[in-house]
Amino acid sequence: MIQYAAIILFVFGLYGLFTNKNVIKMIISLNVMEVGLNIFIISIGFNSDPNSIAPIISSTNQLSSVFVDPLPQALVLTAIVIGVGTTALGLAIAKNIYKTYNTFELDEMEESA
Amino acid sequence: MTIFDIISIVVGAFLLVIAFLAINSKKIINSVLFLSALSMLAVVSFVLMKAPDVAITEAVIGSGLVTALFVFTLLSINRRDA
Amino acid sequence: MKNIFGFLISVTLGVFIILALANTDAFPEFGSANTDNRVSSQYLIEDNVNDIGSGNIVTAIVVGYRGFDTLGEVTVLFISALGVAFMLSSPKQERLDLKFRPNFMLRVGSKILFGIILVTSFYIILHGHLTPGGGFPGGAIIASSVLLLYLADDKFRSNIKSFKILEGVAGSLFVIIGLLGLVLATYFLQNFLPAGNIGELLSAGIIPIIYILIGLKVGSEIAGIVDNFLTEEESA
Repeated sequence: MIQYAAIILFVFGLYGLFTNKNVIKMIISLNVMEVGLNIFIISIGFNSDPNSIAPIISSTNQLSSVFVDPLPQALVLTAIVIGVGTTALGLAIAKNIYKTYNTFELDEMEESA
Repeated sequence: MTIFDIISIVVGAFLLVIAFLAINSKKIINSVLFLSALSMLAVVSFVLMKAPDVAITEAVIGSGLVTALFVFTLLSINRRDA
Repeated sequence: MKNIFGFLISVTLGVFIILALANTDAFPEFGSANTDNRVSSQYLIEDNVNDIGSGNIVTAIVVGYRGFDTLGEVTVLFISALGVAFMLSSPKQERLDLKFRPNFMLRVGSKILFGIILVTSFYIILHGHLTPGGGFPGGAIIASSVLLLYLADDKFRSNIKSFKILEGVAGSLFVIIGLLGLVLATYFLQNFLPAGNIGELLSAGIIPIIYILIGLKVGSEIAGIVDNFLTEEESA
């Protein structure tokens, strides 16, 4: 089910961060970790009752229905946008690394530029 | 086994396969495209778990902006051999 | 496996996490979340919902009950946009030369599509307290429309100075509205406008105003990041 898949996705991202030697692939593994973590946080607040609905009150949904938990959704909304900011900064640093050392692999970067 | 269980097992299996392909593949551009597909599968699982706000945000950011930033970084390197 | 040591560490961490999250009261089984004995039971009772006046409960949490965390998130995004602009800027700039020239139809037709996408983003931002959406996806859609203009035309550069001014003004207005809440009422970022009825467009106090400011700020920041990635120094 989805909770176990999310935790295994997090572990895949961590393994990719350990073993890859390319800077761009390390940033991709970081993004895989973030996707797994967001899916896991939302799966905590899920209610599998057939009558439960998304937390929006309108003319057809009254307050007395069963809602899924709205608090994890508010936390993940912030986390997704911060992930974009982190990825953008990492890619800007990677571009400057290429301009200085002329390669993306960690093994080929020499000490004196 | 309701229909929800079957769909969640299928989506979970696809998530694991595409994440494995994204981390171990030879060219970098293949990894970037698999990351975009992973974001789309995450949107499907957010809709399954009744979270529409998060699904809209992840769809816009995962498909448009992050993939475009990766491709722009890969375009600005000029190799001598292809 | 490429690295047996890293593989063992990752598998051990995964087993620890799965065993630690067995059925306790904090992490119940998948699909049996009962909001009665959680913090969210306070957000869903009748008096609090009519007090805030917003139909979308996630919006009421993000801007109303936890508004200070949203201020911190806006700050983090501002710092990352600042870092990108610091790393990738240079005195003289021109567009990256990609060695292809787009078609005439693409260059002209994308301007029509830009208008349609911008109207969609304003709709999603303005109805943040009635339907799913809000400021964050609306701002990202504004940035996507600017990305479309960059991709469709070879020599397009947007007016970066006006984006930076818009971003600064929107961020400052957010803090000023919070300070007005401190002056006119009891605490920082308190709702000082009337709440209204749930389901109307003019309801929920200051929540639509703050979402408009957040949408404009996020959109102009990410558009600035895209512009920084696509320009480079003039090869004199």
